[in-house]
Amino acid sequence: MNPRRVAAISAKEFIHIIRDPRTLLIIFIMPVLLLMMFGYAFNLEIQDVRVAVIDDDNSALSRQLIERFEGSPFFTVFHYQGSREDLETLFLERDARAILSIPENFAATLIGKHPAGIQVIIDATDPNAATSINNYCRQIVTDFNAGLSGGAAMPFTLESNIWYNPEMRSAPFFVPGILALLLIMISALLTSITITREKESGTLEQILVSPIRPGEIIIGKVLPYILIAFLDGSMILILGVTVFKVPFVGSLFLLALLMALFVLTALSLGLILSTIASTQQVAMMLAFVLTLLPTLLLSGFIFPLASMPLPLQLISTIVPAKYFLVIVRGILLKGNTIAELLVQVLWLAGMSVVLLTISWRKFSTNLER
Amino acid sequence: MHHLIVDNVAKTYGETRALKGVSLAVEKGELFGLIGPDGAGKTTLLRSICTLLVPDSGSITVAGLDISRDVPAIRAILGYMPQRFSLYQDLSVAQNLRFFADLFQVPKHERPERLARLYHFSRLEPFKSRLAGNLSGGMKQKLALSCALIHTPEILVLDEPTFGVDPVSRQEFWEILHQIRAGGTTIVVSTAYMDEADQCDRIALFFEGEIAAMGSPAAVKGAFPYRVYRLSGTALQDLKTFLEGQPEVRGIQLFGDALHVSFSEKPSPETWREWARRGGFPGLRWEEISPSIEDVFLAHMAGETA
Repeated sequence: MNPRRVAAISAKEFIHIIRDPRTLLIIFIMPVLLLMMFGYAFNLEIQDVRVAVIDDDNSALSRQLIERFEGSPFFTVFHYQGSREDLETLFLERDARAILSIPENFAATLIGKHPAGIQVIIDATDPNAATSINNYCRQIVTDFNAGLSGGAAMPFTLESNIWYNPEMRSAPFFVPGILALLLIMISALLTSITITREKESGTLEQILVSPIRPGEIIIGKVLPYILIAFLDGSMILILGVTVFKVPFVGSLFLLALLMALFVLTALSLGLILSTIASTQQVAMMLAFVLTLLPTLLLSGFIFPLASMPLPLQLISTIVPAKYFLVIVRGILLKGNTIAELLVQVLWLAGMSVVLLTISWRKFSTNLER
Repeated sequence: MHHLIVDNVAKTYGETRALKGVSLAVEKGELFGLIGPDGAGKTTLLRSICTLLVPDSGSITVAGLDISRDVPAIRAILGYMPQRFSLYQDLSVAQNLRFFADLFQVPKHERPERLARLYHFSRLEPFKSRLAGNLSGGMKQKLALSCALIHTPEILVLDEPTFGVDPVSRQEFWEILHQIRAGGTTIVVSTAYMDEADQCDRIALFFEGEIAAMGSPAAVKGAFPYRVYRLSGTALQDLKTFLEGQPEVRGIQLFGDALHVSFSEKPSPETWREWARRGGFPGLRWEEISPSIEDVFLAHMAGETA
């Protein structure tokens, strides 16, 4: 290994990056864009759900119940004036996402100490939102019941304590995901493109006929991207903590260390891709299918892994981001130490070793395939 | 002393037999040309010499080093210029040169003198901060040559370096090659331009993975057994058809406004007159010429001397 030849490759790679607007765009605009998109557009918190109310009872009690719905920030309540037959048009025309129907004699039945039923109809075209709406409705009705019985007659109550993200905000949830996504994108996508570009343009043929070793080419090419990945990672963390108020409970040093480990895993993935792909187009396609999509879908970034069918869960065990997400969320929100993250660290390290060994061996020093 | 020895080298890609047992030897300080059309196997042979391809059989030694065993040692003493322009288009002329100097670990104190020399013959100094991608075809080739020479290699391998370059730049490029050769460097160059054969000390005519003829350009032409005539006049196509029926005719090739015809023996003036009368070619003019490499090559291609 000759450091001067490695430095020559790295220096040249930096010039490529600086002169290529597409790469610059991915490096500097992508992180900001992703944060903006997820931070403002992608919002898992539900607010201002329009609820149509049909109050057939029109009693003091029924009005009290409705007031409770009105008092919640999650609901915007309005009274439905149309006919019963046209009720569905509320959903069809997206005027309301839930309908609350209070039957006649609601108050009378309750005062007579009999159980009274009310009906909630929910538009479940978005099932996640429907579940949340259902839960909020139950919550309000439970509170209402507790108020009626004077707080004494309930056999027991459930008091929820939500830790690590008590307001259940989205930001602490998506910022680690974006970090993983971006590091994968830069490390895997850009490195695979940079090596296949040299294959395509014939420059690899030219530099192979020099005393350079494959390891020197690989390390020289990868170094600038490690730096950039780190730069971008820090940028996302800083923006996440300052703008999106993501808590940072754990050790910054540990996070930096494990971020380096994840970058290494992602880079080895990129190297593997570049040994398979012969053109930039193929490399890009492979990178999207084999790294970006799994990171987005099979890492637990957006969709919980536990609720996936077994085959997908099995696939997710080889998605590096799955482990990195546990690490980042653990360190940022819970203050995890290395001892509690050992399994994840070992998985990432193991994957890196396997991938690097394969790409090292497959990296051809001549033009024979 | 032979600086490059190629011994019975064969290489097959799937069904295609790119090289069918090629042997040649190049002297130290010689300018050796591989002449042949596209697909003749020139690139395969040159890449094998540069350790980029591994022959199926046969052996190649470069400066006494075996291409199958001494790969790094050969790469250190060899300069290679691939067929396609293979430098970094988004790096400037100076940055490309610097990169290759770093790659070959040219000592810092030797660089100014080497660059001065390379800039002197390539005349690229005024363009040194221009991006390689913005250079003209001829300048690109001179830059690629300069990069291949930055470590002062013992042997220089050039794969169709003048391909697609204008005639003036081609001539300039060959003049540079003569200067390099004068400095003692062995040069192996391939070309599909037959007229460039005369620039080489020795040539090998390459055709379908085999060497059809080898030697100095004069020797290769001298070994041609037939008399070549240049025929001009009207209705050349009809003339061609007519002559194809004559037993003495060995090969006919249309060269723009004239036919090159090779004969197994020199036709007498009577024969010429008879042909002109019988075929109805009143304005027919003929003169004997010395065969060009192209005549020799085309005759080989047609299997005339086989």
